[in-house]
Amino acid sequence: MSIAPKTCKEMPVTTLSIPTVGSMGKTGSWRTFRPVVDYSKCTRCTLCWIYCPDGAITRQEDDSPKIDYDYCKGCGICSNECPVKAITMEREGE
Amino acid sequence: MAGSIKELSKEEYLLKGHGACAGCSLAISLRLLFKALGNKIVMVVPACCTSVIPGPYPYTSLAVPVQNMLFEATGATASGVVAAFHRRGIKDVTVVGWAGDGGTVDIGIQALSGAAERGTDFIYICYDNEAYGNTGMQRSGATPYGAWTTTTPTGKKERKKDTPFIMAAHRIPYIATACSSYPIDFINKLRKAKEIEGTKYIHILAPCPTGWRYDTSKTVEIGRLAVQTGMWVLFEIENGKFKFNPPSNRLIDKAKRRPVKEYLTLQGRFRNLTEDDIERIQKWVDEDWERYCKLASNQYV
Repeated sequence: MSIAPKTCKEMPVTTLSIPTVGSMGKTGSWRTFRPVVDYSKCTRCTLCWIYCPDGAITRQEDDSPKIDYDYCKGCGICSNECPVKAITMEREGE
Repeated sequence: MAGSIKELSKEEYLLKGHGACAGCSLAISLRLLFKALGNKIVMVVPACCTSVIPGPYPYTSLAVPVQNMLFEATGATASGVVAAFHRRGIKDVTVVGWAGDGGTVDIGIQALSGAAERGTDFIYICYDNEAYGNTGMQRSGATPYGAWTTTTPTGKKERKKDTPFIMAAHRIPYIATACSSYPIDFINKLRKAKEIEGTKYIHILAPCPTGWRYDTSKTVEIGRLAVQTGMWVLFEIENGKFKFNPPSNRLIDKAKRRPVKEYLTLQGRFRNLTEDDIERIQKWVDEDWERYCKLASNQYV
């Protein structure tokens, strides 16, 4: 839903900010550890989805989680809260 | 009323790529706010973390109308917005004042008190991370006893203000406390507040990994521990009637509450506490619970 202005002529006349995905850039670059979902263990409880501070987890049609690595900051809340430990944190670059 | 997480909308109005720290519970609370009330709201936000995390001009990650305002003016600005909607005959928009603990407990309390006294029809939400987090953790009136902040390097010597009861003294129709670790409780309280006319006040505990000095993955766990140890109590005061909410209603018996030490030792900001301090905090928590139990059984104190 990015309708952000590209040139100065498209800028709003008042100090009005425009809703944009990634207003602070791709925040996935802040991450040190990456959450990886084991779909065979996942019970579709959607707890990871509701507790994700970044909204980087999407609830799919069958309620299983899909992580958007462009914006996940790697805080690890999903991994800590998962009742069946289906999400593990793995170091980036390994 | 929402019964389970799966009934909640998949729509997101806090867009991805915002500037909150990793593991921020304020961002969880904002998502829950939008899940409860949708996008038919106008937010009034003073100087606080929420005025920073949407990102730099001309972008924002909040996909609802937001009025950024001065630190002390949340209540007054919300009153103006409500008056404008009233004059135009628009009735289906909820006005939400969304401020941090500094902007509520210290700086914004006069405007909030004025709005409550006038009976302005809006929901005021204070998300309480117990310090001025946005400027680098300075002490606020909501910082608890013994907590480290940059301005109390050896631990704060005073106790936390009891803001929900300051608001109760205004005799407003609805006051509640919540925590982002209990999403259904928070969402039900917001939906209830939306249906009530008059000033509604909700105080959320917002654990802050950056300022409280704990691992980012523990945010939800810390919030849950705060409730289970009785350091944070989930209750609502509806038309002067005090009521505990689950799971706090099961903790009235002292033996069922976990010792406060479990909550305190997990956080780096309490590392200076001595055994005496911990005992003192435990005593205060138990005294507070006695007072709440009397209120719940209608023996007003």
